[in-house]
Amino acid sequence: MSGTVSPEDIVAAVTQATEDVFSTMLNLPLEKLEPQTATSEPPGSDGVVALVGIGGSWTGSGRIGCNKQTACKLAGALLMSSYPEVDEEVLDAMAEVANMIIGNVKTNFESQLGPLGLSVPTVVFGRNYHTRSAGVQNWMVIPFRTGEDHIEIRFCLMPSQTSQSRIERLRPQIAA
Amino acid sequence: MALDVMIVDDSAAIRKILHRVLVQAEVPLGQVHEACDGKDALEKLKSAKVGLILSDINMPNMDGIELLNRLKADENFKSVPIVMVTTEGSQAKVLQALELGAAGYVRKPFTAEQIQEKLAGII
Repeated sequence: MSGTVSPEDIVAAVTQATEDVFSTMLNLPLEKLEPQTATSEPPGSDGVVALVGIGGSWTGSGRIGCNKQTACKLAGALLMSSYPEVDEEVLDAMAEVANMIIGNVKTNFESQLGPLGLSVPTVVFGRNYHTRSAGVQNWMVIPFRTGEDHIEIRFCLMPSQTSQSRIERLRPQIAA
Repeated sequence: MALDVMIVDDSAAIRKILHRVLVQAEVPLGQVHEACDGKDALEKLKSAKVGLILSDINMPNMDGIELLNRLKADENFKSVPIVMVTTEGSQAKVLQALELGAAGYVRKPFTAEQIQEKLAGII
């Protein structure tokens, strides 16, 4: 199965999945802000970022980032508890929010791209940290506002090198 | 009669949420056991007798499909209803789980009502 994924497709899928998670699991308001593309990794960040990888004939990555206060609020909404500071439960909650959002985006694209796999989430919490996803050149950046707080979802998806090289190898046969 | 349940998910957050949903569902709840993956579940099921299992699919060490496969092949557990509660939404995985004998499937994100409705048809 082959297909293409446009930036608009990514924005629509991420928005839908995020709205689903916020309305069913978090019961928090959500407003989508202006999406943009980015060709570089974010500068040194503070706060919490949860990353989930996608694998298969297409590969990519999704990451959800916010400051520590917002992470505590999201975890509190998910677990119906109060978290004054980032702790294990907050990090676990952020991992699960990322897992649900990126997992549903993945499922959405499987009808176009065929079966895709999902990695176990990784969560980073700290100050002035840098993250890097090897080989990623273009990110769709979709910011959201929830109340007074902001979250940012970055997503990229591209044909895997293996499937890309297979296409190149078969191109002469296809042309013939 | 109280129903003992096992919740299998690598996310402690989801285990906590499902536990809360079970309490809200007003099922006659007995002990609630938790496991972080299929391997952990099999180990704990050696000493825990349960009447219902809620399991994720994508987990490290042993995923929910393998856990389902093993439990349905085990005389002691093949009649225990297993409901898959998972982000995994691919048709192939869902069909595979149902063919292996899963009693139901609930996709994350879920509402408490969706879990309760699914359980009402099973227990």
